[in-house]
Amino acid sequence: MSGLTMPKADAATLARRAEIVGDMRIIVPGEGVVDAVNSMRAFESDGLTAYRQLPLVVVLPETVQQVSRILKYCNERNIKVVPRGSGTSLSGGALPLEDAVLLVMSRFNRILDIDFANRAAVVQPGVTNLGITNAVEQEGFYYAPDPSSQIACSIGGNVAENSGGVHCLKYGLTANNVLGIEMVLMDGEVVRLGGKHLDSEGYDLLGVMSGSEGLLGVVTEVTVRILQKPETARALLIGFPSSEEAGQCVADIIGAGIIPGGMEMMDRPAIHAAEDFVHAGYPLDCEALLIVELDGCGDEVDHLIGAVEAIALKNGSTVCRVSQSEQERLVFWAGRKAAFPAVGRISPDYYCMDGTIPRKELPKVLAGMRELSEKYGLRVANVFHAGDGNLHPLILYDANVPGELEKAEEFGSDILRLCVKVGGVLTGEHGVGVEKRDLMPEMFNEIDLDQQMRVKCAFDPNHLLNPGKVFPQLRRCAELGRMHIHNGKLPFPDIPRF
Amino acid sequence: MTTFAPTSAAETLTAVQWALAEDQPLEILGHGSKRGIGQPVQAAHTLDLSGLSGVTLYEPEELVLSAKAGTPLAGIEKLLGEHKQQLAFEPMDYGPLMGGPAGRGTIGGVLAANLSGPRRLKAGAARDHILGIEAVSGRGEAFKSGGRVVKNVTGYDLSKAMAGSWGTLAALTTVTFKVLPAAETEITLVVRGLMEGEAISAMALALGSSAEVASAAHLPENVVGRVLDGALAGSPATLLRLEGFGPSVAYRLAKLKDLLKAAPALDRLETDQSRRLWREIRDCLPFADGSERPVWRVSMAPSDGHRMVAALRMEAGADAFYDWQGGLIWLRMESDPEAGTVRGLVRKFGGGHATLVRAGLQWRASTPVFEPQPRALAALSQRLKSEFDPKGIFNPGRMATGPVDATGISA
Repeated sequence: MSGLTMPKADAATLARRAEIVGDMRIIVPGEGVVDAVNSMRAFESDGLTAYRQLPLVVVLPETVQQVSRILKYCNERNIKVVPRGSGTSLSGGALPLEDAVLLVMSRFNRILDIDFANRAAVVQPGVTNLGITNAVEQEGFYYAPDPSSQIACSIGGNVAENSGGVHCLKYGLTANNVLGIEMVLMDGEVVRLGGKHLDSEGYDLLGVMSGSEGLLGVVTEVTVRILQKPETARALLIGFPSSEEAGQCVADIIGAGIIPGGMEMMDRPAIHAAEDFVHAGYPLDCEALLIVELDGCGDEVDHLIGAVEAIALKNGSTVCRVSQSEQERLVFWAGRKAAFPAVGRISPDYYCMDGTIPRKELPKVLAGMRELSEKYGLRVANVFHAGDGNLHPLILYDANVPGELEKAEEFGSDILRLCVKVGGVLTGEHGVGVEKRDLMPEMFNEIDLDQQMRVKCAFDPNHLLNPGKVFPQLRRCAELGRMHIHNGKLPFPDIPRF
Repeated sequence: MTTFAPTSAAETLTAVQWALAEDQPLEILGHGSKRGIGQPVQAAHTLDLSGLSGVTLYEPEELVLSAKAGTPLAGIEKLLGEHKQQLAFEPMDYGPLMGGPAGRGTIGGVLAANLSGPRRLKAGAARDHILGIEAVSGRGEAFKSGGRVVKNVTGYDLSKAMAGSWGTLAALTTVTFKVLPAAETEITLVVRGLMEGEAISAMALALGSSAEVASAAHLPENVVGRVLDGALAGSPATLLRLEGFGPSVAYRLAKLKDLLKAAPALDRLETDQSRRLWREIRDCLPFADGSERPVWRVSMAPSDGHRMVAALRMEAGADAFYDWQGGLIWLRMESDPEAGTVRGLVRKFGGGHATLVRAGLQWRASTPVFEPQPRALAALSQRLKSEFDPKGIFNPGRMATGPVDATGISA
């Protein structure tokens, strides 16, 4: 990936930079256009910091009309546009391009409507994920998806990435919690999908938009479902002598009909790093640690805690502690939530991966990772959304050692290939972006990828919106639209006909 | 007039390639239980996928099930039931409403029609549970999307694009769904005697509490006698369903009763009766009268629906009942669908969409069955259709939102 090839910069656009900046200032008056190199530095990368690129110009619109005019302007002049929310993408989804306008949506930061009777909130896309919960919690409500960047990431970015979080096994991903959006297409058309009602009247374009990584349209308003907070939540901290036993425990919990609010697993290196960092009281003599959180009404949680305890014991747990207070529950989580920075303390750099696997394959994948770890001479720590099979291996490396970043990336690619091989996928929640772009053929053949690109053509036929992301090789829509009619004689002796 | 009945994905591909080469549109069918929904399809030939049958993967502990698209839903539900699991989105059975038998329908049809049921409020619809598909596009190409794991953002979610596409984008060959544990027990709290506005408020109060209400419906006085063989007849019933583990349901029931203590009368339905009641509401049984009287399925914000209905009653004869906290309105008209009036009032009272799910052929041929879209959105939908099915060989005309000409393209 270090040898990342991005779409060739358009010389004509680069040559017209001053004119484009001037036109952007007309569309977005005031402080909304940033073209000084020093000021643009703040936008040169997102959460995938290994890649940096200054954009052509940074534009921060404030109104839907401005977004529409910017996109229409760029569409008519063949200028690329890269949308950006808070810039927390871990896959380079908001990585700028040298010849593209960087469209930053952070000034769309207002909450427009809170409707408790219909359990919906209408917000602008730059509102942070946690900002929604903060706005509705006085009535006991919250917004369920909780990616770990929730304090910073924007809801518009959540739609683009279909973000999850630790609670998504029970409460769903962004796609399951968004009721409607307003968006602007590359040609400047403003389109509304859904609303406070359920389902759509035609094709599920809202479903297609969720997780489309900013390639199809720019979201300008989001209507989300808000939920009443569960009455109570309690967590169990369970240690196992092996990941196999921990994995079986997870399977048995689900097999017993229990869907926990959260179910997280950490391996030995991750346990140790987290414990050294936050002193959460994690047992250090186990190979796998589970945090199982049960939420709901008090009687239900008490009932289920007992059931999970029994399942853990049956599966050979060596430690099983139940939180006795809200404070203790938060301590259980503290280590897990700090796992990434904790790993950051024991290594100069780390590279976070994001594959999903069928849960039962966990022992095989962990064993495979150990082998790869030896092969590449790099350590790896694992945190795992155990309920839904989403694995976050953290590869430890030192960017100052020549060649080590490339080695870490190659290691990461091998892990993802392994995930696909056992029936899993390249990315569970971080997105393809530029990071996993060139691995897409591991999962999809040419026909699959072409059909995805054709969907792109329906929205943005000139490939101007966020090009260079998701698809390993861009093909012109005219070429994709060509039909290769197979010789359709009607023999088919093998198809029953009536 | 040929009916192709492939028994494999490869045969499906061959049939579609033939249709494409010969420019011969196909009507895609499973069991045909929802064949009467949509504008009449203009196709001489039929692609019958009911022979693509069989569960290809079921791993209860992984919460995943894959099946060929023509697999009977009834068989899948039985299999899941044996493992105390279910399709949590509770797909409705259109059979009885459409004048056909109950218990028909395929798993591919579940996705193509984006079915759901009274648990939609809490658990979503088919779109929320689909994990992956294999399909043949109108380009005569077999493609896949998604996978078999719950958490997956690799590439565009073309599986969701199939939800509610009514067979106009691709012929599904295999679908993979997330499955979930079935609730151990359920109870329904029945509030009697509320007028519609009061019922909507009571449901909003219940759904806004931490009682985790799974379903909320309101049956007005003239409808309430048509469920449970008339057991609830007499006065309007507002129904709140609680599901889960026994101790939890009991606890939440007490909580809900306390919340609604000002209501005129409270009653309850135990597990078996509760399950039957919600099945009957799910399948719109109160309007399954064997007639072709027009039936609308209207989706609006929950607090808007009853105001639309009140205004409609001033202008046309309509029976109504409410599911989804008031957000799903089933309407039965006297004889004319009154499409302009219904859709005009939906827009006036906050927006949403109205689908004419049942009506005589003459009405369906002349009335857009699915809600017409604003120009830019309609154009986008049409472009999406063209990218999957450029020659319009799948179910031509079915989702048209205007008069259909001979080529199946709506004007």
